[in-house]
Amino acid sequence: MYLYVLRRLLYTLPILVGVTLICFSFIHLAPGDPINAVLPENASADVVAQVKAAYGFDKPLPVQYLIWFANVLTGDFGLSIMTRRPVLSEVGPAVAHTALLAVTAILLSFVLGAGLGLAAGMTDRRSTDRAVSTFAVFGISVPHYWLGMILVVIFAVKLHLLPATGMGPSASDLTQFGMEDFRHLLLPAITLAMIPAGIIARSVRATVAEIRRQEFVQTLKGKGLKRPRIFLHVIKNAAPPTIAIMGLQFAQLLGGSILVETVFSWPGTGFLLNAAITTRDLPLLQGTVIVLASFFVLTNVAVDIFQTLLDPRVRRV
Amino acid sequence: MSTSTTGLAALPPAVRKVARPPGRSFWMRLGRHLLRDRVAIVCLVILLAIALSAIFAPWLVPADPYKTSMLRRLLPPGERGYLLGTDELGRDMLTRLLYGGRVSLSMGLAPVVLATLIGGALGIIAGYFGRQVNMLIMRVIDVFYAFPSVLLAVAMAGVLGAGIMNSLISLTLVFIPPIARVAESVTTQVRNQDFVEAARATGAGSWRIIVEHMLANVTGPILTYASSLVSVSIIIASGLSFLGLGARPPIADWGLMLNTLRQAVYVAPLNAVLPGVMIFLTSVSFNLLSDSLRTAMDVRA
Amino acid sequence: MTGADPRDRGGPQQPLLIVDGLKKYFPLRNALGTVSAHVQAVDGIGFSIAKGETLGVVGESGCGKSTTARLLMQLIEPDAGSFVLDGDPVGRGGVTVRELRRQVQMVFQDSYASLNPRHTAAQEIAFGLRVIGKDTATAEAEARQTLRMVGLDPDLYAGRYPHEMSGGQRQRVNIARGIALNPRLLILDEAVSALDKSVQAQVLNLLDDLKQRLNLTYLFISHDLNVVHYVSDRVLVMYLGKIVEVGPVDRIWREAAHPYTRALFSSRLSMNPALRVAAPPLSGDPPNPVRPPSGCRFRTRCTLAEDVCAASEPALIPSPLDAAHAVACHIARAGSGHSLAGALANAA
Repeated sequence: MYLYVLRRLLYTLPILVGVTLICFSFIHLAPGDPINAVLPENASADVVAQVKAAYGFDKPLPVQYLIWFANVLTGDFGLSIMTRRPVLSEVGPAVAHTALLAVTAILLSFVLGAGLGLAAGMTDRRSTDRAVSTFAVFGISVPHYWLGMILVVIFAVKLHLLPATGMGPSASDLTQFGMEDFRHLLLPAITLAMIPAGIIARSVRATVAEIRRQEFVQTLKGKGLKRPRIFLHVIKNAAPPTIAIMGLQFAQLLGGSILVETVFSWPGTGFLLNAAITTRDLPLLQGTVIVLASFFVLTNVAVDIFQTLLDPRVRRV
Repeated sequence: MSTSTTGLAALPPAVRKVARPPGRSFWMRLGRHLLRDRVAIVCLVILLAIALSAIFAPWLVPADPYKTSMLRRLLPPGERGYLLGTDELGRDMLTRLLYGGRVSLSMGLAPVVLATLIGGALGIIAGYFGRQVNMLIMRVIDVFYAFPSVLLAVAMAGVLGAGIMNSLISLTLVFIPPIARVAESVTTQVRNQDFVEAARATGAGSWRIIVEHMLANVTGPILTYASSLVSVSIIIASGLSFLGLGARPPIADWGLMLNTLRQAVYVAPLNAVLPGVMIFLTSVSFNLLSDSLRTAMDVRA
Repeated sequence: MTGADPRDRGGPQQPLLIVDGLKKYFPLRNALGTVSAHVQAVDGIGFSIAKGETLGVVGESGCGKSTTARLLMQLIEPDAGSFVLDGDPVGRGGVTVRELRRQVQMVFQDSYASLNPRHTAAQEIAFGLRVIGKDTATAEAEARQTLRMVGLDPDLYAGRYPHEMSGGQRQRVNIARGIALNPRLLILDEAVSALDKSVQAQVLNLLDDLKQRLNLTYLFISHDLNVVHYVSDRVLVMYLGKIVEVGPVDRIWREAAHPYTRALFSSRLSMNPALRVAAPPLSGDPPNPVRPPSGCRFRTRCTLAEDVCAASEPALIPSPLDAAHAVACHIARAGSGHSLAGALANAA
């Protein structure tokens, strides 16, 4: 068991190295010389060479990578070309903002998805089951950036209930989180929650229905156990896979919130990424992607290990 | 008349079974099952309608999708002969929505098709040969799996620069890893069956066995999985355009239209959300169709 | 037996196949992915198969029967071992592994899993013919012909998929696929075990018929002792990757020398109460093949085991009474150190 956990953790190391390799290659995949972004067009050859040396672009590729990788290991992702500030100090607050959004969204999606999924799985009425399935397909198929626009039209433009865009006053200091911030958070979180809610509803419905069909639940029924007790048994057995799915979806949200953040002008990683792309700020882009991908990998490992701890049968050797 | 129908219905099932000609292939049975699925038929009709109206748009709607008019900006639907109104540059919305299907549908299908070819091949090779070959391929795949799909698409498209070609490349790259994983696991399962051993016992080479024995058995599950990605591809591709990373103006593309109309959401909300309806309709149809396909595969035997 | 076989090079006295020192260990990996132990599936066995005979192989599941079949078929690579095909050594200097494989074919137990679900019966049989270089039309025609040989009307069955046939029909297609390539040795790995008794009898008759017509030699692997008795000329008994006894079928049935063979046979259902064997039936499961017992591998379940059985491994040596009958047991060899040594042989 511990060996498995250790092995799983060890295995993430080469993957993280691979991630840095891909991010490093961004510089060279991008059309044009990255140096052009920082230099005026009429810069003399002398200046170009100087700046190149300063950024290390004059060295052979593997050396460049190793130097860069060593820096990344110490948390130094270089300077943002636009703001001239360390990339990490730009990414840090953005990650916090995205995480706030993602956590709220995943909790919402859990309440919605698990609730509907349980209702559909426990009921014997076809109409309820149908309705939940329809909702699940809707959640999975809806382009969430479009849904965000619709929510803005309804709740901000027409009803004037909630703010359309931006983050509340606590944007610079999350410890000051208050009512106004919550109002800002609501629409983007609901938007972001749709996909995972659909996926969770679908999976909970399937799991619960399957468990209900299984022999031991039938036995419990035969023994004359009351409905609430059976419900408890079903919950106990449906929880592990649901939590695993939530974990995986949470990881997807961290990196996938870019579209929703753009719609709502939410100052998170997606917003930062967008800015980095439009201004061709490659160090900022690399830094953001590496941080997000690392979170993604670690969340996946955590889910894997969690699942193994709960159910040794899942262990893959 | 009533006697003849009851006569047919009264035919015992056993007799009908014997009357059935032998030699019905897997795909024929799958097709028959799908034709009995009402949801699948409806989705297929919707998608065909969208695809055909995109292809034959010039004959269906007379307006020029690129003709702007400053005087007729953001007309609400129905006004002055514009069935669905006009966009922020006074172009006919209906025309642009129909033309938009060309790019948007292609961007849903092309990356999945490409990724299925590449990812499928990688997965089958990894699954069939196993050991070091498997290690090599699947470990590289794992690295690409370390990115959330939207993040990888946006980052790649962002690095390569805006354009349809670049978002096609990015999306293909996003879908290769999951398809390769499915292909690998399906191939490994089939690989361990006796009939593959029997084929090897004839002395056939690996490629021959892959082409003649493996392919027919793994394409079903791989295609079913790939079909579930089409809807995701449409949403992400339109999303890239929405971010300004996909199709470039003035091309008609649903995601791009959503982007350019976004500023108008306060003035003409109905016009602004229309392109999203198309994306949603297409993506729901593909999703339901894929579900039907999976169900049909499950009960094939 | 029909007339002279043009493939016959060594004459009737030369065994079709001689196997020696055949060994296959499967590695086991621990959680970190390193090899921690080996399953000793087949551990240094040797035997020969005479031309035209049926050699039965019996033993409990996991004793290495199927691994042996796959090794002969060259489907898995042996860790050690040599083959002599009709007098010619296989490998360097002799006939190629490819040549050996061409002369050996196999019929698997699971008639459904061993047929490609996407191929018709004719396609399945024609595949092997195309592999050996025949064009599609010829292969198709020969496939239909072979179907007729195994008692299936090609007009009815050539175009059928596996799910459109019964278990017996599928197994006939499997047999057809094997004999289509004109092999000399056909390995039947539990080929009739999954069939109903009545169908089993039909297929066994078919096999007997084919053997005469095609000059075949059979390696018949089964856990069903009655079937083995019915079809075999000689029987080979395996236990935990080793051969414990081999000999003519009637001799083994009447005077099995190895305690394991006796135990195995006593667990068989018999219609005749006079055939009851005094030794108690087998109890418990075979030991773990990763760490087999020292000395004789059967000693942990053997009622007659003594110290010598743990100390040294008995060799497979021919019985003094019948050179064709060999046993690997200390009791069977006089002077082995076992208190009953020689007693049983004499009693027989």
